[in-house]
Amino acid sequence: MSKKIGDVILDLQNISLRFGGVKALTDISFNVKQHEIRAIIGPNGAGKSSMLNVINGVYHPQEGKIFWHGNERKKMEPHMAAQQNIARTFQNIALFKGMSVLDNIMTGRITKMKANFIEHALWFGRARKEELEHRKKVEEVIDFLEIQHIRKTPVGRLPYGLQKRVELGRALAAEPSMLLLDEPMAGMNVEEKQDMCRFILDVNDQFGTTIVLIEHDMGVVMDISDRVVVLDYGKKIGDGVPDEVKNNEDVIKAYLGAGH
Amino acid sequence: MPKQANFAAVDGLHTFPRLLFHHAQTRPDAPAMREKYLGIWQTWTWSDVAERVRALACGLAALGFKRGDNLAIIGDNRPHLYMMMTAAQCLGGVPVPLYQDAVAAEMLFVLQDAGIRFVVVEDQEQVDKMLEVKDQVPTLEHVIYDDPRGMRHYNQSFLHDIHELMEMGRIHDRNHADFLNREVEQGHFDDTSVMLYTSGTTGKPKGVCQTHASFIAAAQGGVQVDNLGPDGDILSYLPMAWVGDHLFSYAQALVAGFTINCPESGDTVMSDLREIGPTCYFAPPRVFESLLTSVMIRMEDAGKLKQKMFHHFMAVAKRCGADILDGKSVGLGERFQYWLGNLLVYGPLRNVLGMSRIRVAYTAGAAIGPDLFKFYRSIGINLKQFYGQTETCAYVCMQPDGQIKFDSVGQPAPGVEIKIADNGEVLVKGPMLLKEYYKRPDATAESINADGYFMTGDAGFLDEEGHLKIIDRAKDVGKLSNGAMFAPNYIENKLKFFQHIKEVVCFGHDRDMVCAFVNIDVGAVGNWAERRGIAYSGYADLAGKPEVLELIRECVEQVNADLVHDSMVADSQIHRFLVLHKELDPDDDELTRTRKVRRNFVAEKYKALIDALYAGKSNQFIETEVKFEDGRRGKISADLRIVDAKTFPIVKKAA
Repeated sequence: MSKKIGDVILDLQNISLRFGGVKALTDISFNVKQHEIRAIIGPNGAGKSSMLNVINGVYHPQEGKIFWHGNERKKMEPHMAAQQNIARTFQNIALFKGMSVLDNIMTGRITKMKANFIEHALWFGRARKEELEHRKKVEEVIDFLEIQHIRKTPVGRLPYGLQKRVELGRALAAEPSMLLLDEPMAGMNVEEKQDMCRFILDVNDQFGTTIVLIEHDMGVVMDISDRVVVLDYGKKIGDGVPDEVKNNEDVIKAYLGAGH
Repeated sequence: MPKQANFAAVDGLHTFPRLLFHHAQTRPDAPAMREKYLGIWQTWTWSDVAERVRALACGLAALGFKRGDNLAIIGDNRPHLYMMMTAAQCLGGVPVPLYQDAVAAEMLFVLQDAGIRFVVVEDQEQVDKMLEVKDQVPTLEHVIYDDPRGMRHYNQSFLHDIHELMEMGRIHDRNHADFLNREVEQGHFDDTSVMLYTSGTTGKPKGVCQTHASFIAAAQGGVQVDNLGPDGDILSYLPMAWVGDHLFSYAQALVAGFTINCPESGDTVMSDLREIGPTCYFAPPRVFESLLTSVMIRMEDAGKLKQKMFHHFMAVAKRCGADILDGKSVGLGERFQYWLGNLLVYGPLRNVLGMSRIRVAYTAGAAIGPDLFKFYRSIGINLKQFYGQTETCAYVCMQPDGQIKFDSVGQPAPGVEIKIADNGEVLVKGPMLLKEYYKRPDATAESINADGYFMTGDAGFLDEEGHLKIIDRAKDVGKLSNGAMFAPNYIENKLKFFQHIKEVVCFGHDRDMVCAFVNIDVGAVGNWAERRGIAYSGYADLAGKPEVLELIRECVEQVNADLVHDSMVADSQIHRFLVLHKELDPDDDELTRTRKVRRNFVAEKYKALIDALYAGKSNQFIETEVKFEDGRRGKISADLRIVDAKTFPIVKKAA
């Protein structure tokens, strides 16, 4: 495997996030390099999902700076993240249950569609040509994730593991340069986890997508990620390659549940 | 439609490559292959296929593939893999398809036995298997793969992308324009066209060598009998290493010139079937059964009106559907009802099943229940059985239109001679017989007798109208004391088609009559009992109920009535039977793990019951040790009633 990890593309400096009096994140700094798989781990309530929401523009930290490709990012909304080629999946599956797999993944292309509402409604002009192109891209994703057999199945009828895969498919349809995965393997059995790991590694390898993921399964995290950042009670307690993190005193304490 | 069936003989098109180039010349724009790729059906015309086969063959030649070399082919049904077969044949090589789901160690034997130098595989999964065994197959030189996905980091020099191979071939073709035509010219109909390995349930697998002539003959016969034309479509989804797929998707497709359609993946077969709407379809009986079950389950959920309509018209179909399909005379009233049913029920149902355009559907490989068989025929699907082995190109017997009997495999196909040996074994002779077993002259000599008949190992007989009925494996067939043939499996299968009967063991070898043990199906009979308000506590109780014995007696007598019509098995009518007090169970060693009855063990264990059956007693006490699921042992005992079944007098007909 010849993977080239590039320069820092996302740099978070001294991020603090409060909800009223509750400190969700306190003075956290870390960075993400191009093409790497970056894991965020930590016990429940450590602030992992909040961190992802900060990157994604859902939450706006009271303090700290965020640099995206070297430029400081002003206040940002989620749709702007999408336009900057950041895609994500959610901890609780957020798909349209009544829609088919194909249509769900098609929604991932929405930011790339240029035809206007009228054109789409009348299936006219640009809309027609555009949809064929988008459909082709979506079919590539379906092929990549090996979900051809459920293409036309409503998402609500699928087992949990497959729904997770469809959600990944929707994120991939946006052709993201950075992919945020919030617990992509939660609630899966061993086989489904293996499949998901393979897909994550393949995405990273074949498309060169940078991946930031939150995961609880330590085996998975240590196996697939290049660098790991550890949060506990909103603070960063460890950061480095998996081996360093594994042997970090504070991390072990946090996970073994030492008193605070 | 031009008469395709005989043109091979007429035009000297006696090898598969010649057939392909003939199609490419005479109907270049007709579709030859389709494959669903990225959700869309892609079509290759005959001229596209010919161009690619040409490129592939020249590419193989450039890599050093020579006349007489074997080319292993491993993967799902993919157009490129089918093209590779023809490409190898162009050069006088022999394609050897392998079962793609086998693990590497299982493939090893075939790769070594066939001295494989070239392998073409579908994808990374199969490439990995080849890498795993490469050290143990010293002859292996080149591995060609179709799907480049996941192959980016493989840099071994013996791995080739199939598209690179084609490019290489095109260059080779430009530089040696005459080369391929000369190679094809050299091909002879007596050359081995394909090598199919038998599954090897007994001993090592054997490579069955079939010639161009035999497979073309088999394909022509099938095409003729079932009138398959160049406008047909077939869904190619069964393993390429199986003789049936080679016959339907390769030989018949090239002879008749119809289109083969490769599904997207194994999981999408059912939806692809609906999209393609093939004109010819093959599936083993269990697929037809599960299709029917899913229809029935969905009907249960339908509205009252729809259910009423469905059941009414299914009854109509049951009465006259099969006869209408067979072209027999049916009254005008029934015909009108069937016409209406076709509009409202059968047509839409066929559409849901993806069988709207079906001209002929085949099943083989296991006994198919009469009800199942009749259901499909009654809704207008021309379902047929056929019979054959790898050694006979899967072509021995076919059921011609209008002469379908559900319990026979049909009449000898055109050009096939059938003889029944003294021990009941079916012997066949014809143009479709194997050339030899690869490197196994001993096995070849063993399987073909002095008169040139192939010994199938199946026992069977020809009925009055010349239809072949297969009854058992020859080695399981015994004799009654009056010398009549006794085929336990045949009788047992007939009984097991009744939903109330789960398992049967028949006895009769060296005896004067046939007697049977029966296991009831506790689900079906329990349901039956509940509807009649018969209370029962468990299997043993239910099995002993007089009403249940009466129910089973009716089944047995129906089978007897059926058996008496065949002079060969008329003596095998069941005279006496009993319903066992416990279910035969693999845990008690009565069944194998694949749920086949261990006949001798059962006979030994229940000797007292057998003695009682033959001694004419009316009941017998039995105590049996059983193993419970938690490993404890216990004893169950019962006083079993023995029931006499009505038998029918045998009417001897002049043969």
